[in-house]
Amino acid sequence: MSGHPERLRGVSLFTPFSMVLGLLVLIAGVFLLKRFVYGLGDVSNLSPGYPWGLWVTWDLIIGSSLGCGGFAMAMLIYVFNKGHYHPLMRPALVSSLFGYVLAGSAAVIDMGRWWQFYNLLLPWHWNFSSVMLETGLCVSAYTMLLFVENSPMVLERFGLEKWRQRIASVMWLIISIGILLPFMHQSSLGSILLVVGHKLSPLYLTPWLPLLFVSSVLAMGYALVVFEATVVTRSFRLASEHHMLSRLSTVIGWILAAWLLLRWADLLWRDALGDALVMTPLAASFWFENALALFAAIAFLSPAARRDEVWTFLAAVALLLFAIVYRFNAYLVAYTPAVDGYQYFPSVQEILVTLGMIAFEILAYVVVIKLFPVLHSPVRQAAHA
Amino acid sequence: MTLSRRQFLTGAGAGAATAACLVSAPAQAISREPKQMPEGALGMLFDSTLCIGCQACVSACRAANGVELGAVPAPLADWNAANTWAVADDLDGVTLNVIKVYRNGDASVKDRETNGFAFIKRNCLHCVDASCVSVCPVSAMIKDPVTGIVTHDASACLGCRYCSYGCPFGVPQFDLNNTFGQINKCEMCAHLQAQGGIPACCDVCPTGASLFGPVALLQAEAEARLAAEPGSLHQFPRGDIRADRPLHEAPIPIYQKHVYGETEVGGTQVRYLSAVPFEKLGLPQLGPDAPVRFVEGLQHKLYNYLLAPALALFGLAWAVRRNKPGIDAQDQARHGKEN
Repeated sequence: MSGHPERLRGVSLFTPFSMVLGLLVLIAGVFLLKRFVYGLGDVSNLSPGYPWGLWVTWDLIIGSSLGCGGFAMAMLIYVFNKGHYHPLMRPALVSSLFGYVLAGSAAVIDMGRWWQFYNLLLPWHWNFSSVMLETGLCVSAYTMLLFVENSPMVLERFGLEKWRQRIASVMWLIISIGILLPFMHQSSLGSILLVVGHKLSPLYLTPWLPLLFVSSVLAMGYALVVFEATVVTRSFRLASEHHMLSRLSTVIGWILAAWLLLRWADLLWRDALGDALVMTPLAASFWFENALALFAAIAFLSPAARRDEVWTFLAAVALLLFAIVYRFNAYLVAYTPAVDGYQYFPSVQEILVTLGMIAFEILAYVVVIKLFPVLHSPVRQAAHA
Repeated sequence: MTLSRRQFLTGAGAGAATAACLVSAPAQAISREPKQMPEGALGMLFDSTLCIGCQACVSACRAANGVELGAVPAPLADWNAANTWAVADDLDGVTLNVIKVYRNGDASVKDRETNGFAFIKRNCLHCVDASCVSVCPVSAMIKDPVTGIVTHDASACLGCRYCSYGCPFGVPQFDLNNTFGQINKCEMCAHLQAQGGIPACCDVCPTGASLFGPVALLQAEAEARLAAEPGSLHQFPRGDIRADRPLHEAPIPIYQKHVYGETEVGGTQVRYLSAVPFEKLGLPQLGPDAPVRFVEGLQHKLYNYLLAPALALFGLAWAVRRNKPGIDAQDQARHGKEN
């Protein structure tokens, strides 16, 4: 059984893997500089037809949804009182922090008039009809809250006991707000699409978008915890956490099954399958997305697959891929510009910036678990000790 | 313009057009009330059958709004040294107005759907219930309460481009090729109107295809054209429908029996007449509901006075506070057992 969180010791920061990540970060830095000197059009394939591209869809929408492990776990542990998952809490919160910090940075990078970003925080500019206002403020607030939620490990590391206790005494409130806020902005990320109207395929445009987004992000959060716990325990040869992950699988499975039920009931009710029954990239992507979801749901709900560490891991990967493809489809593939003649595929420079940001996220995660007490099971397996 | 993906899909997909409107009864119940056009709303009437494709409006728009297009590519550079004929393909980060052409078959006859051609002017339609105004987080899109003209305040804008992404007609565009770019769109030459002028495009239009004026008068004029006998001579006003410029006399064509913009997405202040179906001109078939009605209704129900989030927080805090001591104790016990 795992003990109190400790930092990961005896592993060098300077491995070939982290060197490659560092190189990717540097490359991204060069193109980011270009973006800020010459404008968005210089590095991206954005056009009048596609004002939003890879950076909004991947870095912002998907990036923040990949940061939902913390909120999903907090809800399971503290609201549904499942204390036995508590060892998974800290790593989930750390990855959430990185997910959101990077989504926030992506927002600034993609922001056409980034030097005026502070207008979002000035109440006399606020437009209460705007879903983007809710999203922007809520994401900013949650990102700051994540710093507070993650502060105990830093305070522990440096022995600031008085401050740790002060924060611990109000942690119940911080945790509660930390569960509420993602519910708000992650559903808003679905609501953002409601206004797009005829430009969005009926396969994706539904009044249920906010619910579909927030419930899929909850499933993603749990799948992310499974994914990270497996990767971290395997790559640093720590004791397996599979007994916990296996129990978590049932939760994920049922959420995903309910999601699929809502999605398909809505599609059939609105008679909206037309775009899925023709030979288009959208139709292919739609079926790919649904096949991934179905595979993940079956794997998570089948007792045999759940007992197997590899199957559980594969199911988590399938679920994450599904939720990623769903968001790509909703924001880009199912989107048809109002005017004919525009195509969008991200440019190499756009992709390299995104890769660099992912590399940075992984690198920072690795650095943090080595510097601060995050992981609960730094007990090395006997065979490798 | 060839057959677009959407037209193809709408043809193939069952009920795609209705599904796209979120028209179900519960959705209607959530939607906020439709917005009404201001009484003194100003707009334009573009009559595709009058347009001769001279693009004087495009040129005048550039001059009036200080738009400089990039130089024309090398083979044309000498011939077009003054850049007089530089024309953008469509609206972009700097272009506020373009004339586009519909072509079919041998394109031999104007205003005919098959083997014909027709012109369409693209600029902001100044929606009555504008998506761009509703979606902007920092109120940088402003709909004038008197004239209904939608203008943009770049000093507030974040450059998130949600207005671009959400506009039903693909109008507001961010200037992507500029270090310090901004959103640009037709503001109906608000700066000229402030000095008693009218929008440059309508001012220079030789045939009255682009006509400026109060929307009520323009709509009445459009209806009169639709009601008139095809082939009969009609006196078409030019420039400003209220001004007494010499009229343009021409026979009434065979119109599509609809004033585009009267109902679409809750109505627009720029309206169109055409002899070829509007979809052929890139004006999509749209229902009467502004898409923002449902979104705003939903947001305001969820976030009114932050009541629902406050209640949710109360419930969450109660649960977390009740469960946390037990969870911490479990943790301590595990911790103690191992050390």
